[in-house]
Amino acid sequence: MDERVEHVGALIEPKRIGRRLFLSVIGLGAVGVALGPGLLNIESKFLGVFSKKPGTGIASLVPGASQFRIYSVTNTIPFVANDAYRLRVGGLVHTQRTLSLQDLKNMPATLLTKDFQCVTGWRVPNVHWKGVMLRDLLDVVGVDQRAKAVEFASFDGTYTESLTLVEARRSDVIIAYEMLGAPVAPEHGGPVRLYVAPMYGYKSAKWLKSINLVKAAQPGFWEQNGYEVEGWIGRSNGRSDKPVD
Amino acid sequence: MDEAISQLTERAPAPRAVSLRRFDVTERVLHWVTALDVLTLIVTGAILYFPSFSVRVGQRLLIENIHTLSGILALVPLLVALWGRWGVMLRKDVMRLTRFDQREWRWFDRTRRMKLELGKFNPGQKLNAIFSISGLVVLLGTGLVLRFPNPFPVSIRQGVTFVHDWFAFLVALLVFGHIGFALFNPRALWSMLSGRIDRLWAERHAPAWVREYDLVEERSQQERSLH
Repeated sequence: MDERVEHVGALIEPKRIGRRLFLSVIGLGAVGVALGPGLLNIESKFLGVFSKKPGTGIASLVPGASQFRIYSVTNTIPFVANDAYRLRVGGLVHTQRTLSLQDLKNMPATLLTKDFQCVTGWRVPNVHWKGVMLRDLLDVVGVDQRAKAVEFASFDGTYTESLTLVEARRSDVIIAYEMLGAPVAPEHGGPVRLYVAPMYGYKSAKWLKSINLVKAAQPGFWEQNGYEVEGWIGRSNGRSDKPVD
Repeated sequence: MDEAISQLTERAPAPRAVSLRRFDVTERVLHWVTALDVLTLIVTGAILYFPSFSVRVGQRLLIENIHTLSGILALVPLLVALWGRWGVMLRKDVMRLTRFDQREWRWFDRTRRMKLELGKFNPGQKLNAIFSISGLVVLLGTGLVLRFPNPFPVSIRQGVTFVHDWFAFLVALLVFGHIGFALFNPRALWSMLSGRIDRLWAERHAPAWVREYDLVEERSQQERSLH
């Protein structure tokens, strides 16, 4: 059977553009993969001009930049009521403690306004954070001399993270109970999450359940899946983002 | 033989059908199966992407699995339909869709559009078909990297995230545009269910196709009467 299209009428000498366009689109995809991380930075900066609050305005209408994406490594977004929330601080400490949300709020509060940078490229500018400095909490429990690192576990039951003790004592590392000017929402890791300002978002464990002082930390969830333990923004994971400081 | 020829010459012109066969069963089944799959991809993709949806729906692993499976299956019906004897009309239509006459570019200029005598598909439909399929291929490739990221370095994962997001956004726009045009052209939409389109519509939208169609019909009728 002859399958050639017979162009009767006006359409003569048709050009075969299908293959060319198809390959162009595939090529565009490949170029996008290569340049994507850089393009996303430019996009973030450009769209940042149009939106005052994170995730609003024009930035929320197109993919990519300037809005939070909700990642979780488990099936559901875990939920714990404010009243039922407890944070256990233990391991190599002088006095193990279990704190309620109110206990945390009774401690001296730290306010930060800093960007949130994800290792996949998106960045939310000027996020308001409120919480307790991790080092204040460490002073409350008293760190044993043998301790060199801090492990964090999430009440999603799966997610883990860690910092060295030196990193944990930075003034821009907080146990946050407010974010974006409101209590930390469940999807953002509420009621209490970690915020490690100078590192990529995967270091800022959500749904914080426990803090454990140890001699040497186990690699966290994403670090067992390819990301660097020392997740400094702009200096790790092959990226060159502007540091958050 | 002589008798047959004289029969042919004496015969009045064949009565023209009031409707034309626009899509065969293979094409219609392919269309609706793929439509269902792509809509599933858009809905599950939106749930995974937009925080407000993710929070409301939950069930992230289930949604992820549905999305991945639909993605892997998206182009399978097309390949199966192209493969066998059932794909004769589809293969012919693919050739129509992937070929452009130079003058067809004028179609995009609304003031010069009327002077064109178009074939079965207009240039917009051709571009939509080509871009949708190639976009789906890019989404499939990047999607597989996103779902199984471990062999890939972080920089590739980042680029792939960027491309998957933007291509999803653009292909979804194509799909919504396609649905919009269909809803504004109910007779064309109906032809994707019934397979046939009325002659008046075809004369208006695809005059060159109608002439080609009549010629082919006439020829097959001649062949039939010769036997």
